[in-house]
Amino acid sequence: MNASMSQFLRVAWIVVKKDLTVEVRSREILYTTLFFSVSCVLVFAIAFVRQGRPLSDAAAGILWVAVQFSGTLALGRTFERERHTETLRALMLAPADRPAIYLGKLLGIFALLSVAEVILLPAVTLLFRAPLLARPLPMILLLVSGTIGFCAVGTLFAAMLARARSRDVLLPVLLYPMTIPVMIGGVMGTVALTQPEPQEALAWFWINLLVFWDVVFITLSMWTFDPLMTE
Amino acid sequence: MSVDFDELSLVDLSRHFGRRKVLSHISFSCRAGEIVGLLGPNGAGKSTLLSIVSTLVSPSEGEVRYGGQTARTIGAGLRRRLGLLAHDLHLYPELTARENLTFFGGLYGLDNLPSRVDRAVALAGLTDRADDFVSAFSRGMRQRLALERVLLHEPRLLLLDEPFTGLDDASGRALIGRLRALKATGCIVLIATHDLDLAEDVLDRAVVLQAGKLVALQDGPGTLRERYRVRIHG
Amino acid sequence: MRKLFFPAVVVTTVMFIVVPILIVRAPYESTMGLVQKIFYFHVPGGMLLLLSPFVCGIASIRFLMTQSRQADRVALAAAELTVLFGVLTLLTGPLWARKAWGVWWEWDPRLTTSLLTWMMFVAYVLLRKYGGPGSEKLAAGLGIFGMANVPFVYKSVDVWRTLHPKTSVVPSLPPVMASVFWSAFVAFCFLYGLLLVTRVRLERQRDELERLYLELEG
Repeated sequence: MNASMSQFLRVAWIVVKKDLTVEVRSREILYTTLFFSVSCVLVFAIAFVRQGRPLSDAAAGILWVAVQFSGTLALGRTFERERHTETLRALMLAPADRPAIYLGKLLGIFALLSVAEVILLPAVTLLFRAPLLARPLPMILLLVSGTIGFCAVGTLFAAMLARARSRDVLLPVLLYPMTIPVMIGGVMGTVALTQPEPQEALAWFWINLLVFWDVVFITLSMWTFDPLMTE
Repeated sequence: MSVDFDELSLVDLSRHFGRRKVLSHISFSCRAGEIVGLLGPNGAGKSTLLSIVSTLVSPSEGEVRYGGQTARTIGAGLRRRLGLLAHDLHLYPELTARENLTFFGGLYGLDNLPSRVDRAVALAGLTDRADDFVSAFSRGMRQRLALERVLLHEPRLLLLDEPFTGLDDASGRALIGRLRALKATGCIVLIATHDLDLAEDVLDRAVVLQAGKLVALQDGPGTLRERYRVRIHG
Repeated sequence: MRKLFFPAVVVTTVMFIVVPILIVRAPYESTMGLVQKIFYFHVPGGMLLLLSPFVCGIASIRFLMTQSRQADRVALAAAELTVLFGVLTLLTGPLWARKAWGVWWEWDPRLTTSLLTWMMFVAYVLLRKYGGPGSEKLAAGLGIFGMANVPFVYKSVDVWRTLHPKTSVVPSLPPVMASVFWSAFVAFCFLYGLLLVTRVRLERQRDELERLYLELEG
């Protein structure tokens, strides 16, 4: 590993460590995100559980919608925190590689959402009697690749919207149409895994598509982060 | 890569947001070891000018030259030589004073970080509060910490936006002492302020902005206050 | 460019007079009957809907790299045209669907991809309108991402649903229908080009107006 690469990773790590330190102290984003995602699942339960029986395949959609909604909340709040004393500008003023700062923010949000998913997954499994963990490995990979994809675009958009007018409204407006392939991949992959006869091959196709999407969009985000963050 | 420059010059600098013209056709320059005041009422465009000089905002027209080069030709190395103390202070309230300094020191890739941080904490007069959260600090304490945070990497060009806000007299005098010491090392200091009481002693020259326009380059006989008053009110 | 503008207007006008006549004269398709003629609007509109994001994306890349105002104007115009041709495609699509599949809306890959692409560029237009000063840079990011996303949207929707007549319809058309179709496509391309140039010109004049206004202010 050459010097500039290790420098890059060091900066990303400093940013992740800082974000997690702040979050561990306040636990604000974690608690609100968790509560919000569980309330989402409950609202869906009211709509989709009839006479004690959930609609078939509803669980997959509900899981991913909950991930997307709570992810939006976490993204908005994370960057609101950076905006509060304009520390986002301080990050942009540092001579560190801006893509490394992007990567650090991305990993911080990903870590946060992963914790939320650890609670969300059993909640959906129980409430909708869905065998989400029948095939744990592809399910976890699906969640990981889908969440990274959502966070990759979300982090860039939330960062660049930090200085825009009506940013709270614009974040979901821009993010949801853009992350449609992630949602299709996540939901269809989960549906494939929760069938009475799990279709693992189909799930792997979606995992591959999501990984490919992640690679393309993380690359694009790192490349555009620097010019997009200059006002 | 270290970039050192002896002159900062703004050449015909303009910035507008839509139809709102924040700065128009600003030209002036500062030399190494000079402390230049950027005076003017609120909304005169002082903060935008500092944002442009600090590379955060790009100008609509004109350019900023750092010793004959522009931000584009120097690249990211330029930011290693800049320090901006903005009005918002750029500190994380959920982190302690020491953690704030260590975090930013790490981003700047500084060596001997722990000893630098200790010295900065001492200079801010916060040695016994170093491990307290910034959220518990008064405005003055935050201001002193933010200044040391900005000076941690020994910038060549220091940009201060209203640095006297919230400082008591003793801290204000300490800040002036600190600025004089920096001046001796060849640092270029640009201070945006509307408070002349404290700033007057330390300024070598002043530039007066009003409604985005340069109305005077103050350099001549009489006290700065007298000349400033003549331009704005006279 | 300016020299070519008026001849292009003339060609487009002539085509938009001639092509409808050709469409009327084209033979009826055996199963679809009259409704099949929607095909001559729907498919060229849909093709431009899916090509336009690439114009927007490439112009956005140019804008981010060179700060060229002209590139930004092209990106804006292309995004708005994506929305416009999207409306055309999404209005004619259900008419076809009603006749062919008996329902107004069907989640088939091409129609869904069109809808989702259209949504991305509606978001782009909303950002430009409500994002405040500086939103042109953010929009450039959105333009690039939108362009890169089109193939993914298509692929994912394609695996999810498959119903639409395949792309092979066009090459397999009877020669008369094919010639009418390609004339319609060329007419649409001319229309797209003209609208793009006009929109870019309008935006340039607006910029000029802003500049004069600023100058007047001093």
